[in-house]
Amino acid sequence: MIEIDQISKLYAGKAAVDSVSMTVETGTITGIVGTSGSGKTTLLRMINRLVEPSSGEVRINGEPTSSLAPHILRRRIGYAIQGHGLFPHYTVARNIAAVPRLLGWSKDKIAARVDELLDLFSMEPSQFRDRYPAELSGGQQQRVGVARALASRPDLLLMDEPFGALDPIIRSRAQDDLRRIQRTLGSTIMLVTHDMEEAIHLGDQVAVMDAGRLVQHAAPAEIIRAPATDFVAEMVGGVERPLRLLSLIPVADITEDGPTDGEAIDPQTSLRDALAMCLWAGREALPVARPDAPPGRVTLDAIRARAADHQ
Amino acid sequence: MKAGLILRLVLIALLLALVLRPEWFAFAFAPFAPEGGPVIYQRASLLSLSLSHLGLVAAASLAATVLAGTLAILVTRPAGAAFRPLSRTITNLGQTFPPVAVLALAVPALGFGAGPTLVALFLYGLLPIFENAVTGLSTLPPSTVEAARGIGLNRWQRLVRVELPLAFPVILTGVRLSVVIALGTATIGSTVAAKTLGEVIIAGLLTNNTAYVLQGGLIVGLFAVLIYDALVSLEVRLARRLGLERKGR
Ligand SMILES: Nc1ncnc2c1ncn2[C@@H]1O[C@H](COP(=O)(O)OP(=O)(O)OP(=O)(O)O)[C@@H](O)[C@H]1O
Ligand SMILES: [Mg+2]
Repeated sequence: MIEIDQISKLYAGKAAVDSVSMTVETGTITGIVGTSGSGKTTLLRMINRLVEPSSGEVRINGEPTSSLAPHILRRRIGYAIQGHGLFPHYTVARNIAAVPRLLGWSKDKIAARVDELLDLFSMEPSQFRDRYPAELSGGQQQRVGVARALASRPDLLLMDEPFGALDPIIRSRAQDDLRRIQRTLGSTIMLVTHDMEEAIHLGDQVAVMDAGRLVQHAAPAEIIRAPATDFVAEMVGGVERPLRLLSLIPVADITEDGPTDGEAIDPQTSLRDALAMCLWAGREALPVARPDAPPGRVTLDAIRARAADHQ
Repeated sequence: MKAGLILRLVLIALLLALVLRPEWFAFAFAPFAPEGGPVIYQRASLLSLSLSHLGLVAAASLAATVLAGTLAILVTRPAGAAFRPLSRTITNLGQTFPPVAVLALAVPALGFGAGPTLVALFLYGLLPIFENAVTGLSTLPPSTVEAARGIGLNRWQRLVRVELPLAFPVILTGVRLSVVIALGTATIGSTVAAKTLGEVIIAGLLTNNTAYVLQGGLIVGLFAVLIYDALVSLEVRLARRLGLERKGR
């Protein structure tokens, strides 16, 4: 558990981060969103003490971060920097291996881990391992940056716009990969993004920053249903709110008995996607596969009812 | 590329021949020698003069690199920033003093021979190396330096593993300038009896023998060109590997 307690950072008397408090549960992803200059990066960097707070304290599992030497603290915390920050004089493999080497892992273990991570991010190890960062595309550099942060399997991962330079397809794949990795390892992730969509899609919790202050910290559905301020409502995107809400709910939640024809869809498909399929095919209902029962169905009416049911 | 390689090989062959078999070139230098006078310098072997010339330059440049590099590292640390103007003044002083004056001043203290020349070359070599090392160490890509802190490298590890390797091509440029200056400046060391190729040139000047002057000058010049060229290609190769050429040139 990470407790951020009344933390502030002043630059020339002006607060970049203004008395932010929040608690992050172990094993969850928190998406930190806000406009440019709202203090997201500064907040993140105070956690691994790349920036020393002007006041306040951060505790990891009850232990204040100020009780450790900064470089020792940082070896335990994965950090994917905004704009990758790869070492240009190291190969891809050596970049990814940076922290495991510091921690004294064996050569074989490091090599296996590097290949595993490259595979995970859809980069053929034999093709990419020995390249230098200058020989990669922007998106590939960014994935290597994230792989470097993940390499030592840290319990806590800080990621600053890790997927900013990726195209939508690779981006959504990288997000799914991250989610899967996080689920299997149970790591705690704090991820900065300016994209509310990404925060809602990835986050168990969403923290919205505005001008240095934390204006709302809640589950994605809560943020969409009940934005705390006009700013949050704007971030969530007024007219898109019902669709955002539907994107959080799997069809399994409202699958009912009843006949339809066609091929059954996966029960984890979001209601938003199901709605799109209905509209595109001009159908009133879609069959849904069920693991322990014959296929059921989801109807357009049920989706509509669910979208309206936000009070 | 191909033509460049051939040219380099030709120059290396020419230099080796000039040093090892100077008598082959008697026909070319003869027109410049005085009537009936010697054409090829015989008083000492050109090979031993070349080696001791290069040795002096190498020793002085190495010492200058170590001191200027250390100073540059110190003044680019947060704690040392206050000393940057002072150390700049000191290294500048080395340059503003004419080398001949350094020699004249150093002889009473160090006697004739290699000592005063080493001091002069050393002082002369400090500035370019220091300036370049400071520039190299203080203009590193901020996100890389940040990442080095972020993954938990301590100060020493950051310096050795990230900052110095990244600044290396720029530092090398300073070393190259300083070595080339030293190669030329070393010739005047022979006025205080240091064994350098300057001996050939000075003998030529004293006896009005242009053949000697040409011979000595040609050898020093070829060494300078070839060493300069070798260091440039090393820099280019390193810079390319660091991806610096992508950022435009
Ligand atoms: N080292 C610094 N010195 C002075 N001001 C700073 C410094 N770092 C950040 N700031 C200021 O603090 C504020 C918050 O910056 P921060 O980098 O945390 O924003 P951000 O939310 O990450 O923005 P972005 O989305 O553009 O990355 C900005 O107004 C910025 O100008
Ligand atoms: Mg930022």
